[in-house]
Amino acid sequence: MKRLMMAVLSVAVLWTTGLARAAEEPLTDVQQIVEKANVVAYYQGDDGKAIVEMKITDKDGQVRERRFVILRKDQADGGDQKYFVYFQRPADVRRMTYMVHKHAAIDKDDDRWLYLPSLDLIKRIAAGDKRTSFVGSHFLYEDVSGRSLAEDTHELVDTTEQHYVVKNTPKKPDTVEFSYFTVAIDRKTFVPMKMEFYDKNGTLYRVIESKKVEKIQDFYTVTESVVRDLKSGGKTEMKFTDVQYNLGLDDDLFSERYLRRPPREAMR
Amino acid sequence: MRGAIWACVTAVVLWGAGVAAQESAPADTAVEEQSLWEDLFGPTDWALHGFYEVRAGYRTRKDPYQKDMSLMETRLQVDVDGYTDWADLKFKGDVYGDLVDEEGHFDLREANLFFRPGDAIDVKIGRQILTWGTGDLIFINDLFPKDWQAFFIGRDTEYLKAPSDAAKVSVFSDAVNVDFVYTPQFDSDRHVTGERLSYWDANVQRLAGRDRIVHTDKPDRWFRDDEFAVRVYKNVDNVELAVYGYWGYWKSPAGQSLSGAALFPDLNVYGASARGTVGEGIGNVEFGYYDSDDDPGGDDGRIDNSQLRFLVGYTQELAKDFTAGMQYYVEHMMDYSAYRASLMGGRARDQNRHVVTLRLTQLMMNQNLRLSLFTYYSPSDEDAYIRPNLHYKATDNLALELGANIFFGDEPHTFFAQFQNDTNVYAAVRYTF
Repeated sequence: MKRLMMAVLSVAVLWTTGLARAAEEPLTDVQQIVEKANVVAYYQGDDGKAIVEMKITDKDGQVRERRFVILRKDQADGGDQKYFVYFQRPADVRRMTYMVHKHAAIDKDDDRWLYLPSLDLIKRIAAGDKRTSFVGSHFLYEDVSGRSLAEDTHELVDTTEQHYVVKNTPKKPDTVEFSYFTVAIDRKTFVPMKMEFYDKNGTLYRVIESKKVEKIQDFYTVTESVVRDLKSGGKTEMKFTDVQYNLGLDDDLFSERYLRRPPREAMR
Repeated sequence: MRGAIWACVTAVVLWGAGVAAQESAPADTAVEEQSLWEDLFGPTDWALHGFYEVRAGYRTRKDPYQKDMSLMETRLQVDVDGYTDWADLKFKGDVYGDLVDEEGHFDLREANLFFRPGDAIDVKIGRQILTWGTGDLIFINDLFPKDWQAFFIGRDTEYLKAPSDAAKVSVFSDAVNVDFVYTPQFDSDRHVTGERLSYWDANVQRLAGRDRIVHTDKPDRWFRDDEFAVRVYKNVDNVELAVYGYWGYWKSPAGQSLSGAALFPDLNVYGASARGTVGEGIGNVEFGYYDSDDDPGGDDGRIDNSQLRFLVGYTQELAKDFTAGMQYYVEHMMDYSAYRASLMGGRARDQNRHVVTLRLTQLMMNQNLRLSLFTYYSPSDEDAYIRPNLHYKATDNLALELGANIFFGDEPHTFFAQFQNDTNVYAAVRYTF
C-alpha cells in the first residue's frame, strides 16, 4: 500500500513537472498572442487552396449545403489578402465566382466582385456590413475573412494548461451585435479552438468551435469547425478538404480575367 | 438557325480535332495522359446540370391585340460542361413548350469552346452570352443582343441576354487588356414585334399588337453584315477603366424602309466607363456616342439620329442585407432640329430622354428569401416601368418566384408607356439539378 502510494505520488510529481515543462514560459503579451493566432487562422503559408463544404442546419432542422473552392494569396502576414471563391454547389449558384481584395487597414473597405456566368456579368459588390451571413450560413463574412485585430481591445483573461483565453471588446460597440467575445487559443499551435460571443445583455449566444485540427505541410489547419446560434438553435458545420499551401499562386489570378474564367486550380 | 448550326459545326470540328490529336499520340503517352487525366479531373470531368421550370403569367389589363395569358411555359434547360486538357467545352440549351404561341421551342443558349492558347490570350468561339459595361439593366457600350421580349413578359433575368454567335479573343498585358469580339453575321436583339407584346406603332399612331406584327429587313449576309466590338480595359487601384468601340448595326429596329419594313441601320459606337469605390458604396459612370452612320446629318426621317448616351450610378448597402442602387441615364439626340424638320407627321420625341432607376434588394430568412424592386422612371417622358420580384429558395434545389412587370405613362407613344397594356404578373417554380 505504501509502495502504491509512493508510485502514485511520484507519477503525480512527474506529471506536474511535465506539465510545468509544457507550460514553460507561457506568453503574457496579449498582442503577441492574438497576432500569432491571427496568422495561424488566416495567413498560413504565402497562399493556399481548399475545398470547403458547409452543412447549414436551420432552426427547423432543414439542411442546406454549400460547396466551393477557395484560393487565397497573402500580400503580407496580417496584411492585405486576395481571395477567390468558386461555387460548385448548390446547382443554382454553380460556377459563380466571388473575388475579394481584402484590405487589412481598418478604414479601407474590401473590394468585392461577383461573376454571374449565365449573364456573363461581373457585378461589383458594395462593401457591406461584415457581420452579414456568408452564403446564407451561420458563419459571417468576418468569420471567413478574418476580423481586423485593430477593431477590438484584447485582454488575456486566463492561461490554462491548454489555452490562452483572450477577451476581445469592440472599440466601436455600435457597429456589432456582440458586447464582447472570448477566444481560447491553443498554447502550442496558436489555433483558435473556441470563440464565444456574448450579446449586449452578457448572454452567450454564439459559439464557433474548431472540431478537427490537422498538420498540413507543417501548417496547423482547422479542417472541421462548427458555428452554433444558441438563440435560434441553428448551426453550420464547415469542412476543409484537399488543403494545400504555397502553391505559388500568381497575383494576376485575382483579376477580371480569371473571374470570368477561373483557373483550373479553382475549378477542381 | 444558321448561326446555331455554325456554332455546332465549329464546336464539333474543334472537338474532333482535339480527339484526333489525342488518339494519334503514341500508346505510352496515351496511358500517361489517361492517368494524368484521372489525377487532374477525376470523375467530375463531365458535368451535367440544368433545371426544370414551370412559369405562368397573366395580363392585368385587357389588351384587344393580345391573349390574356402573357406566359405559360414549361422549360427544361440542359447544361453540359466538358474539360479536356486543352479546352473547356460548353453546351447549354433550353427546350420549352409555350401555350401562348402553342408551339414547342429549342433555344440553344451556349455551344462554345474556350481555350488559352498562350499565357496572355483567352479564346472563346461559338454561341455564347456576352456582357460588358457598368450599367444595371441599362446598356450603353454593351451592344450584344438582348431579349427584351423575355425581359418584359417575366422570364428569368438570365434571358435578357440573348446569345451571340461570335469569336471572342482576349489579350492580357500589364499595360492594358483588350477584348475583341467578332460576330460574322449580325445578331439583332430579340425585340418587341407585336407577337407577344403590344407596342406603339408610329405608322398608324396607336397601340398595336398581333394585328400589326413588325416585319423586318435584317442584314444577314455572312462576313459582310458582321459586327465588331472591342474593349480596352485596365484596373488602376481597383478603379475599373474601359474604353469601347463597336462597328455594326442598331440592335433593335431604328429605321423604316419605303416599303414599311423595320430596319437595322448602320451604327458605330464609341464610349468609355469607370467603376470603383466611392464613399461606402460603388460608383459608376459610362458614356457612349451612337454614330448613326446611315443618317449622318440626322435629316433622314426614316432613320434614327445619332445620340450621346450617358449614365451615372451609385450602389450602397444601407443596412444588413439591404442594398439600394440608383442610376441616372440620358439619351441626347444630336441633330434635333434636323430631326424635327424631317419628321413625317406623328409626335416628336424630346431631344433628351432622361431616365432614373432605383433598385432595392432585401435578403431575408438566411438569404433564402430575396425581395427586390427595380424601377425605371423617365421624368421627361413621364412614364415608368416597375419590376417587383420575390424569390424564395425553399430548398437547395427548389425555388419559387413571384413578380410583375408594370408599365404606365401619360402618353402612349413614349418608351415605357407604349407597353402599358402588357403589364403582367407571373409566378414560377424551378427545380435545379
